[in-house]
Parts: sequence; structure tokens; C-alpha cells
Amino acid sequence: MSSIPDDLRYSKDHEWVRMEDEFNGVCGITDHAQEMLTDIVFVELPQVDMEVGVREQVAVVESVKAVSDVYSPVSGRIIGVNTQLEESPELINDDPYGKGWIFKIEVKHPKELEDLMDAAAYSEYVESGA
Amino acid sequence: MDTIFDYSVSGKNRFQLPEAGCEDYDPIPEEYCTVATVLPEVSEVEVVRHYTNLSRMNFGVDNGMYPLGSCTMKYNPKINEKIAAMEGFSAIHPLADASAVQGCLRVLYELAAALREITGMTFSLCPAAGSHGELSGAMIIKKYFQDLKEARSVVLIPDSAHGTNPASVAMCGFTVKEIPSNSDGDVDVERLRQLLDGNVAAMMLTSPNTLGLFDRNIREISRLLRENGSLFYGDGANLNATAGRARMADMGFDIMHTNLHKTFSTPHGGGGPGSGPVGVVDRLAKYLPVPLVAKGAQGYYLEYDRPDSIGRVHSFYGNFLVALRAYAYIRSLGAEGIRDMSDTAVLNANYLLACLRDLYKLPIDRKCMHEFVISDGDMPNGVTTNDISKRILDYGFHSPTVYFPLHIEGAIMIEPTETETKKSMDTFVNAMAEIRREAYEEPEKVKTAPRNTPVHRVDAVIAARKPVLVWEG
Repeated sequence: MSSIPDDLRYSKDHEWVRMEDEFNGVCGITDHAQEMLTDIVFVELPQVDMEVGVREQVAVVESVKAVSDVYSPVSGRIIGVNTQLEESPELINDDPYGKGWIFKIEVKHPKELEDLMDAAAYSEYVESGA
Repeated sequence: MDTIFDYSVSGKNRFQLPEAGCEDYDPIPEEYCTVATVLPEVSEVEVVRHYTNLSRMNFGVDNGMYPLGSCTMKYNPKINEKIAAMEGFSAIHPLADASAVQGCLRVLYELAAALREITGMTFSLCPAAGSHGELSGAMIIKKYFQDLKEARSVVLIPDSAHGTNPASVAMCGFTVKEIPSNSDGDVDVERLRQLLDGNVAAMMLTSPNTLGLFDRNIREISRLLRENGSLFYGDGANLNATAGRARMADMGFDIMHTNLHKTFSTPHGGGGPGSGPVGVVDRLAKYLPVPLVAKGAQGYYLEYDRPDSIGRVHSFYGNFLVALRAYAYIRSLGAEGIRDMSDTAVLNANYLLACLRDLYKLPIDRKCMHEFVISDGDMPNGVTTNDISKRILDYGFHSPTVYFPLHIEGAIMIEPTETETKKSMDTFVNAMAEIRREAYEEPEKVKTAPRNTPVHRVDAVIAARKPVLVWEG
């Protein structure tokens, strides 16, 4: 069973967002997602200052198995990216909720967070095989 | 493994250029003199042995069965090579006057005509690969809607499509929307209905799809698109299943590409050269990339005067010698032969499917076309598709396509093609049965494969994370 921390919100595309304050969030892909992808070998990061909409593609993660788009769980402006992933993409496998974060976002409509799943709902979602 | 540089001994080659025999010449300007290339100093026999030995480590369709799904690795008849090597074809200059290369132009003209007979479409032979044909097709879609003054920005692509499809349309500025497959492997028509609106420029369908299934709703799909004013693009990479039996134009496609290097037996793999002619129905013919080969009172000529064309997509006339090989193949088979080719490809795939169905999980249980997909879904002891595909190498076959299509977990996509005999397919089935037995009884054997190849299991993760792309001595 993969790890699903309680303090995060989750998207159906297996991204997570951790709100650091009312408007600033950190995003990455979930433990379940990295398990499915297996060893990640390359990450294409978004451009800082880019405006994104909900479920809009922001990054790309490539594993030995597949190349997958990463979508933004909320709309807003990219305010930071984890450049460490360029050298060490394996951080996503090792620590998906910590050192493996992908981008920081200034959330445009905090209400959108309510549309995301909490840990219990995401856990159920993963178990249902989605 | 030694490289050619490992044989190099300084001073071994004492070759010196003879005196120039003329007095004054302009030396090469300094700005063009870059760092001198370091060439290995080796004898002729060392060069010959080194490359001969390397070639013996290779595996190709001339060595054995190569069931790489979606790639149609059929045998390439040697008569194609014999013809392509004829001086009249191989030693011509691309800028030769049309009057001097009538034979070559006739080949291109008749090849386009043959493709028209097979698919019902008009072709430009310029694109140099399947993906290049797709890109040209996407540019035609773009131009078509520009002419109509309609700003349509979405292209629909099923999850069972070829991976290059989304890339080709994205390069033309379209947004991709994915359509899921239903549990039978066909396009979810209900979902398609919901997605169709005035913003949909086209739908791209690989036919048959990457599960080797012919979409049974193809007529309904094309009708819905037509009513919506959208174009229907057919990825013809899998034409080996239908050529001579059903024409893409009759299925309702407006644009397509065909991979000459797959269906029409020109050598491929390793990056080319290929040929991916783009074809269209008559009302879109004016957009085709130039030049086209036309026939007039003075004979064959290259036609550039096509004001609505999307323009050039390749230097000169595409990969002529690849087109020539395909032409030789089509002419040696004839119309009946082409039909037999597809029929046998489908028969072979269904034979293999019937033999493997009790050994491996079959995600979608239907009669297939020219290829089919099994998976590692019921493998014991943690044996994965990756392990199975590596073990297949030990048995002397090339591996099938793996982990594609993406919507089937652990997919193994097998395409025997029509050129495999029953005996070679039976040998493959025996190997697959043996691998299954090993997975149960001796899983380590499968998990540590391959053992019988020049290179054993490579660390794909390190190779991808820290690739060494340049020889550094």
C-alpha cells in the first residue's frame, strides 16, 4: 500500500498539493503514481511565471516504462520549480512528498482546492483501481 | 566490448598523401579548420574483422523472427535491393532534368497510383517517415480550416493510437483530447459524441488500432465527424492488415499516411531512412506537399505549381530509393498478392493468438487483425513483461513491443507478419510456453535474462539517468 499523507489534497491524475499558506502551494506526484511509473529518469519542469489552468499540463515525467504528463491540480501561476530534479530525478521515487516536489504554485482560486480529494477519498480512489 | 579505437596503435598507418603536383593553391581558410578528427590507426583486416564481428552480434529479420508489434518487421525480399542497386536508379543526380530521369519519375508516378488503388487516396511521396506523414497531414488539416476561416483547435485521439499521433498534431499547434476505448477495445462512441463540437478540427484514428483491432464502429465515427464538419485522419501504419481488402477512403478517412517501410517491405529499424507518403481524398488534394509527379505530353515531370499546397516538407522528392523498393514489392506481388499478404498477416496473427491464449493473459478477447496484445497480468512470482521480453531474446527471437499501448497494463504486442512460416511461429510458441513454465518453476531464470546474448541485462535506469553518449577513450 502506498503512502498517502493526511495533510495533502489529491487530484484524479495522481498529483498532490500541499498549501503552505492560503495562496501558496507545493505540488508533486503521489507515491502511488511513482510506484506505477517505476524508476523516473527524466523530469521536464514548467517555466516559472507560467499561468496554468486546472488539469492543464505543466510538467513531464519520464520513467523507464513510460512518459507521462503532469497536470496542475489547481489553476494559478508557477512561482518555483524543483531544479534538483534535473540532476536527480530519482528524488521523486525516493521521497515523492518531500524532496521530490515538482513545482510551487500561487493558487488563483483557493476554492478549487475543495474539488480535490482528501487522503481518505484518494485512498479509496486508488484502491478502486483508477 | 572493444571499440575500433582499442585496436589503434600510433604509427601503424604510415600512409602519406602524395605530392600535390601543383604549385599554388588556396589553403583552407582558418575559420573552417576545426579540431582535427582523431582516426584510429588500424589495418584493413582489423577493420573488417571488427565490423563483421559487430554485425554478428546484431539481430535482424534476416536472422530470425522479429515480432515487434506495430512495426511490421516482415522479410524484405532481396529483389527490392537488386533493383534499388541498379545504376539507373542509384547513380542519378537529384537535380537531373526530368527528360533524363523519366524512368525514376515513372516509378514515383506509378507508386502513387498503386497506393491510390490500395487506399482510394491521392498521395504525395515526400514525407520521409510515418510521423513525418502525420505532421504533413496535420498541416493539411490546419490549412483546410484556415481556408474555411474556421478557428478549430482540437484534435481527438483515442488512447489506442500510435504515440506519435499526439506529438504530430501538437507540433501544428492543435490541442489534443484523448478518447477512451471501451472494454471491447473500440473507440467509445458515446464519449466521442460528447466531445464533438465546433472546435474539433479532426480525429486521428490508427486503423487497425494498436491492439490489432479493427474498429467496428468506423462508419459511425466517420459519419459523426462529417456531420460535425471535422476531418478524419487515418494512421495507416497498420495497413498490412487491410491492404487489398478494404480501402481507407471507403472507411470514411479524409487523410492518411502509409509507412512504405512497414507495409511494403523496405528495411527499417534503427532510425531510417523510411517513407511515409501522405494521402488525401480528392477535395483535399490541392493541399498536398510538393512536388507531385505528373504526366503530360512531354512525359513525366515534377509538378510544383500548386498554389494551395502546404509547400515542401522534404528536400528533393522524399526518400526515392525507399519508394523504389516499395514499388518493386508492390509490382512483384500484384493486386492479388497484396490481398494475400494482408490475409496471411491476419491469419498468422490469429494462429499465434490461438496458440498463446491459454498461456498468457489476453486483456481483450477478440479475433485480431495483424497483431494482438497479451500481458503479464497473471504471471506468478513477480515476473513482469520486461522479464518475459528479455527471456525471449535467450530463445533466439527479437522481442515484441512491450508496455505499449499504455492503456493495457504490462502489454506485450505481437505481430508475426505474413512472412513467418507455421514452423517458426510454433517455435516461438514453444519458447513462450517454456518461459511461462520457468516463471512458475524457475523464476530467477526469467528475472535475470538474457544470458545467451552478447550483452546481458543492462541497467536501464542508469542508462537513462546517466547516459554516456560519446566515446571518451
